[in-house]
Order: sequence, then structure tokens, then C-alpha cells
Amino acid sequence: MEQFFQQLTNGLAVGGIYALIALGYTMVYGVLKLINFAHSDLFTLGAYFGLTLLSSLLLTDKLGPFWGTILLAVMVMGLIALVGALLDRVAYRPLRESPRLSAVVSALGASIFLQNTVMLIYGARFQVYPQNILPATALNVFGIQVPVVRILVLAASLALMTVLYLFIQKTRVGTAVRAAAIDQGAARLMGIDVNRVILLVFMIGPALGGAAGLMVGLYYGQINFTMGWVYGLKAFTAAILGGIGNIPGAMVGGLLLGIIEALGATYLSVAWKDAIAFFVLILILIVRPTGLLGERVAEKV
Amino acid sequence: MSLLSVSRLSKNFGGLSAVSNLTFVVPGGSVVGLIGPNGAGKTTVFNLITGIYRPDQGEILFNGSSIIGLPTHRIVARGIARTFQTIRLFQNLSTLENVLAGYHCQMKTGLFGSLLHTGRQRREERQAVSIALKTLKFVGLEGQAEQTARNLSYGNQRLLEIARALATGPQLLILDEPAGGMNEQETTRLVELIRSIRDRGITILLIEHDMSLVMRVCEKIVVMEYGLKIAEGSPEEIKGDPRVVEAYLGTDHEW
Amino acid sequence: MARTHWLYGALVLLAAVLPSFLNPYWVDVLNSIGIYAILALSLNLIVGHAGLFNLGHAAFYAVGAYTAAILNTQFQIPVLWLIPVCGLTSGLFALLVARPIIHLRGDYLCIVTIGVGEIVRIALINDVFGITGGSNGIFGIARPVVMGWVIRTPHQFYYLIWTLVGVTVVLFHLLEYSRFGRALNYLREDETAAEGSGIDTAHYKLASFVVGAAWAGMVGNVYAAKMTIISPESFTFWESVLMFAIVILGGCGSIPGMLLGAFLVVGLPEVFRGFANARMLVFGAAMVVMMIFRTQGILPPRPRRYRPTENGWGEGEG
Repeated sequence: MEQFFQQLTNGLAVGGIYALIALGYTMVYGVLKLINFAHSDLFTLGAYFGLTLLSSLLLTDKLGPFWGTILLAVMVMGLIALVGALLDRVAYRPLRESPRLSAVVSALGASIFLQNTVMLIYGARFQVYPQNILPATALNVFGIQVPVVRILVLAASLALMTVLYLFIQKTRVGTAVRAAAIDQGAARLMGIDVNRVILLVFMIGPALGGAAGLMVGLYYGQINFTMGWVYGLKAFTAAILGGIGNIPGAMVGGLLLGIIEALGATYLSVAWKDAIAFFVLILILIVRPTGLLGERVAEKV
Repeated sequence: MSLLSVSRLSKNFGGLSAVSNLTFVVPGGSVVGLIGPNGAGKTTVFNLITGIYRPDQGEILFNGSSIIGLPTHRIVARGIARTFQTIRLFQNLSTLENVLAGYHCQMKTGLFGSLLHTGRQRREERQAVSIALKTLKFVGLEGQAEQTARNLSYGNQRLLEIARALATGPQLLILDEPAGGMNEQETTRLVELIRSIRDRGITILLIEHDMSLVMRVCEKIVVMEYGLKIAEGSPEEIKGDPRVVEAYLGTDHEW
Repeated sequence: MARTHWLYGALVLLAAVLPSFLNPYWVDVLNSIGIYAILALSLNLIVGHAGLFNLGHAAFYAVGAYTAAILNTQFQIPVLWLIPVCGLTSGLFALLVARPIIHLRGDYLCIVTIGVGEIVRIALINDVFGITGGSNGIFGIARPVVMGWVIRTPHQFYYLIWTLVGVTVVLFHLLEYSRFGRALNYLREDETAAEGSGIDTAHYKLASFVVGAAWAGMVGNVYAAKMTIISPESFTFWESVLMFAIVILGGCGSIPGMLLGAFLVVGLPEVFRGFANARMLVFGAAMVVMMIFRTQGILPPRPRRYRPTENGWGEGEG
């Protein structure tokens, strides 16, 4: 029972990270119908930028662990947002009118490019985050010792998700994003500047992904230029699980996938842990491709 | 017995009733027109007949047997071919190859024949090309065989779609707004073409907004509005039907 | 027409004598190029002709390679005899895997193929059914033997591999000029219109996967025999991406494009070995640039020609 609860919280923490990354995929797909393969590398970049900023600016030494981390997160998110916007400008915008296959290939190319840039700059070996930032203690929840870091990671993810949710649902700009995701043409006719919406999506999505990268660095302590691959695919599965293009769906999908994976690894098999996500992916696409919260859209013949 | 029989056909999309309790027959050898304002459900009926949608209720009988639930390509094999409201040609392929697409279901060569180019395969290819060219000639496109489909004029693209449909060897040809975008001259040629097709023994069911064409070429007309059939009869009867006039035709039309 | 024949003749002659002028390292590079050329040709059926985004092709390659490895090391069956078996297992595997997913829309199909590729790789690492040797793979695969001759050196492999390339090119060229080849193109251009013209699109989508997979499986056999050791590392997602890139950059649906693509994608990095780490960087950038400036690839396919013969019209050579 104890183990179940531990794994549950663990799954939620990891799931929160998946959800943040998944949001990036789902927002871009919603507006552009494009799978941004390079998104996972923005996640990786976030982890590395976090490390660089942390080591060079010594934020946590100067401002204390709490405010230092917050400022660090803000900076990382800002930087990755810029990279995201640049990515769209260079690799995707020229292909808006081209067939879908071109954008897919370009996304793959951009992903390869980014991943290898990280490798060239930082090297191929694992890099280590300073360990003394997050508290190493455990909190007593319902009689079970849960590591504080886990709670912090989950709390941070949920906080970011809440902000995004409120933004999307309650603000005018957020509504514009939702409108553009449903029908770009109609949104344009309604006076929505779709290009700005796209720019915004390519800043918010990557920012969240970058934040997730930073969290992975702080939580697990180790980062590597290939980490985006596995996280990216799982996050994408989460996005599909929730319904691709659906923002609350990505949140739900991420958390759910984290739990399924943690429990599956514990009770079924650890060796197949990574494969669990793929099985879920294939199952969902066969049984219910629109995901848990998605809507089926019919094609007009 | 009628070639095509549609009875109590219904189809809903979400809360919208696109087709409601529709019943009509298409007698073999005739030319039947399906008319009505935009959104009346006409193309939906075509999509139901050709298996793109599945009806919620009702029956579709072709040559006496039900074709509901059959995949589209099997319905084509049974003898129903169609053209599309928005032209759906294989734009990057040649005119000839577009027609060959229609003839595909009449050919037999499988993977191994295709891989090894057996004698039988080569004979079948030659025959296919020959028939495709004859079909192009029949619709009036014989000089355009090598032309890429997207380079054809709009009117010729519509003719090519008809040629492709004819290549499937249909008993029933379903035309969705074949005169869409055509000028006077092209429309007149189309009328003649439709008559030639009918003279070859092929039954025709068509959707059209061009009333002059409909009145010239159709023996029977079915009128739809909001998914319902509101009238059915000969062109004369329809012209005079007050409900039709009110819903669709207006009073100043000359034909 | 005659001019193209002269060109092909000259190329074949060149290919025949080339190994004599190169040291074994470069011959081996040409061997790699040859293998990737066949892989690209096989993927071309699926991606180039049928228009299905397959990013998991390495899985079919792996199934063929492992089939050869397992049957050869366990039962001492000569590898070359196993080529049809490898084709069969890969083809059947593709049939099994593709059948439930073939109706999925483009991007979704793409993602599932990635998933399949990964599941196969993980299964191989986890030593599924106890026969795959786990992450260490399988070693001790026998060399191919042709009529008593053991094929061992790069030089010898060169002739084996490039003969296979030649056979593949000829067969796939014939396939392009056939009812089957046309059907794949119709379904790529407009699936609804193809279905509406009487073409069983589900069947042809599946068929393209099966034939493409079978061919990849067969070349996997040759790869296994050449390396004598195979492990899951050779069949990662990035391998699939590499093959995919060759197809796209070379020119979807074009046989010469596949050959050129293989030369460029596999050969160029070898030429620029000095810039080892920057290779992939350039590769990624090249993909983006190509899509922006020349979507159709370097050597896009030419339209099929149908020309008159003595008995009327028939197929021509493009």
C-alpha cells in the first residue's frame, strides 16, 4: 500500500513534467496541425540553459534556493520562448503553404540540428546539476514519507498549468488561440491576427517545455543531450492520450501517463517501462484516436 | 425493376438532419436529376449511395441488393461511378493516367504480374491504354492524353472526371454538379455528352444548379430542401409545382 | 531514349570496375551506400509512392536481420538461402502491425510507426522470447556463400550488394510502370478520389507496407551477414530517420533519386569525416533548407510516358 502511494506520487510528479512538455506539442498541433519534432530538443535546451545560468550566475547562492530557482525558471522560460519563436520563423513559417510532409521533414531536420548543437556546445557526456538546491527532506503525508522535491515538482507543474489554463480560458488572447486552433480561416475573418497567435504559441509552448527541462535537471540531477527523445515521445503520447490539440487534454494525459507508467513499471515490468508509453500510444490511436477529451472532426467530401 | 432504389433514407450529423426519410427510384436507362437549394442534402445523398457515409436509417438497393455498408470501391465494382462536386482529379498525374485510375477495377494484374511484367500483364496494359484513349475520345479530350491534369481548363477537368468515372464500366453514373463553372458552349456539349452516355445504356443520376441543363436532359427530377424530398416528377411537372417554385426556382427563370 | 541507355550502360561499367581503384575503406563505404540505397528504395514504395509517412522502417530492417542471425546461428542454414525467409518474416510482421493502423490519418500513422519502431527495439534489447540476445545482440553470423565462394572482403561484398541494388532497381522500375504502381500513386494523390474510382485503398496501403518491409527484411539479411554481429543499436529511430531523409531528399517516388540520396546522405559524411561532429548538424540543416527551397527533392520522378508501339499503345520508359 505504501509502495502504491509512493509510486502514485512519483507518477504524478513525472506526469506533471510530461504534461508541461505535452502542452507544447498540443498547442502547436492545435493551431498549425504540425507535429513539432523539435519541441523535445527545446526541452533539452531548457535543462542545459538552466545548468549554465545556475552555474554562472549563482542565483541560488545570492537569492536563496526559493527565489533563486524562481528567477532561474523565469529566465530559462524566457530564453526558450525566444528560441521557440526563432525555430518557427526559420523552419516552419516558410512552409505554411507547403504540403504537410515538408513541414514534418523540416521539423525532423530542426530537431537533429538542435540536438547536435547541444552536443557540440556541451559535449556528449552526462552533465550534473548542483545537488544542494532543492531540499532533500521528506514530508509526512497520511503517514507516508514523501520526498519534498516530488511535491515541489508536482506543485510547480500544476501552478504553471493553472496559469496557462486561466490564460487560455479567461483572456482575450487566450480565446484567440483557441479560435485559431479550431478554424484558422474563420479566426482570421473575425479579425484575429493569426500570425501573432502562432508566434505566441511558439513562445508559450517551448517556455513550458524549457521549464520542464529545468525541473528534470533539478529533480533527477543528470542531463544529457539525448534526453529529449524519450521525454518527447512520451509527452507526445500524453498529448494524444488527452486529445491532440486539446489543452486540458494534454494536462490530463500527462498526469495520467505518468501514473500508468509508474504503476506499470512497478507492478508489471521495469525493463519495459519505456515501452509502456508506446503501447498506450498505439492502443489509443487504434481504439480512440481523438483521445480522451478530443472531438472528432469530419472531413467534407 | 428500378436500377437504384432509395427508401426512407436518413442521415444526421451531430444534431443536424442532413437527409430525412428520402425515397426515390432511378429507373434503368433514364436520366434523373436531383435539385434543390444549397444545403438541401443532395451531395450527402450521393455520399450515402457511394458508401462514403453510412445511413442512420433506410435502405439503398442497387439491382435489387442492398449496398449499405459496402466500402466505396466495392460499390464502384458493382457498377456505380461518380464525379465530385469539387473536382477531385489526380492533379499531378497525366490525363491518361487519371482515366486509367477508373479502369483499374476492370483489370486483374496483381503484385507479381506488376513486378515481373509477364506477357499477360503487358497485354492488359496495352488494352487498358487503348480503352482509356477511347474513353477520352468519347468525352472529347483525345488530344490531351499526355497533359498533366492540373493544366487542363476547368471545363475539361470536369470532362476528365466523367471520363475517369466511365472507365470503371458503370451501370449508373452519378454526376455531382458536372456543369459547375462551365460556360454556355461547354454546357451544351455536356448535354450532348450526357445524352450519348445514356444512349450507351448507362443510367445517369445528376445534381445540378444549372436549370437549363436539367430541364433539357433529365427525364425525371427529384427536388430536395432541408434534407426532405419536396417534389418528384417530370420537368414539366416540376416547373409548375408551386412548392418547388417557392423554395428554389423563383418565377423569372427562362428555360 | 538511346542516350539514356548509353548513360546506364556507362554507369554499370563504372560500377563494375570501381572497386579496383579504391582502397577497402572506401569500398566498404560504397557497400554502406548500396545497403542504404536498397533500404531507401524499399521505403520509397511506402513513403514516395503511396505517400504514407513511415518513420519506423528500421523495425522491418531489424526483423530481417535478426531472422537471418537467429536461423543461421541456431540452425546453421546458409544466410543467402534465408533471404526469402527474411523477406517473408518482415513482410508478415508488417502485415500484422500495419493492419490495425492502416486507416489512420497521415500524422497519426507517422507517430504509430515511430512507436512500432521503438517497441521492436525495446523488445530486442529485452531479449523477447529469449532469442534476440538482448543489448549485446547476436554474433557469429556466417558469411554468405555463393556457389562455394565465401564472400568476406569488402570487395566481394561490393559485387553482391550492388548486384542486389541492380536487381531491386529493375524490379521496382517495372513495378512503377504497372497497375500496382499506379494504384499507389492514386492513393497518394487523393485517397477519397482513388477509393471513389474503385481502388481498394486499404489493400494497397497495406501492400505497400508489406512489400517495402519484405525488401528491407531481405537487405537486413545481407547486412547481418556482412557485419557478422548485429545488435539493437543498429536499428534505432535515427536509422529510420536516415532512410526517410534519403527518400525525401533524393526525391519521393524517384529511383535515381534514391541512389543519389544514398550517395549524398551516407557518402558525404564520410568525405567530410574531419568535421565528424558537425556532420549531423549540417544534415539537419540540410533537411530544413531542402524543404524550404526544393520540396520535391533533388531528383524528382519524371511522369510516366505511354507511347505508341506497333500494336497500338503501351507503356514506355520514362
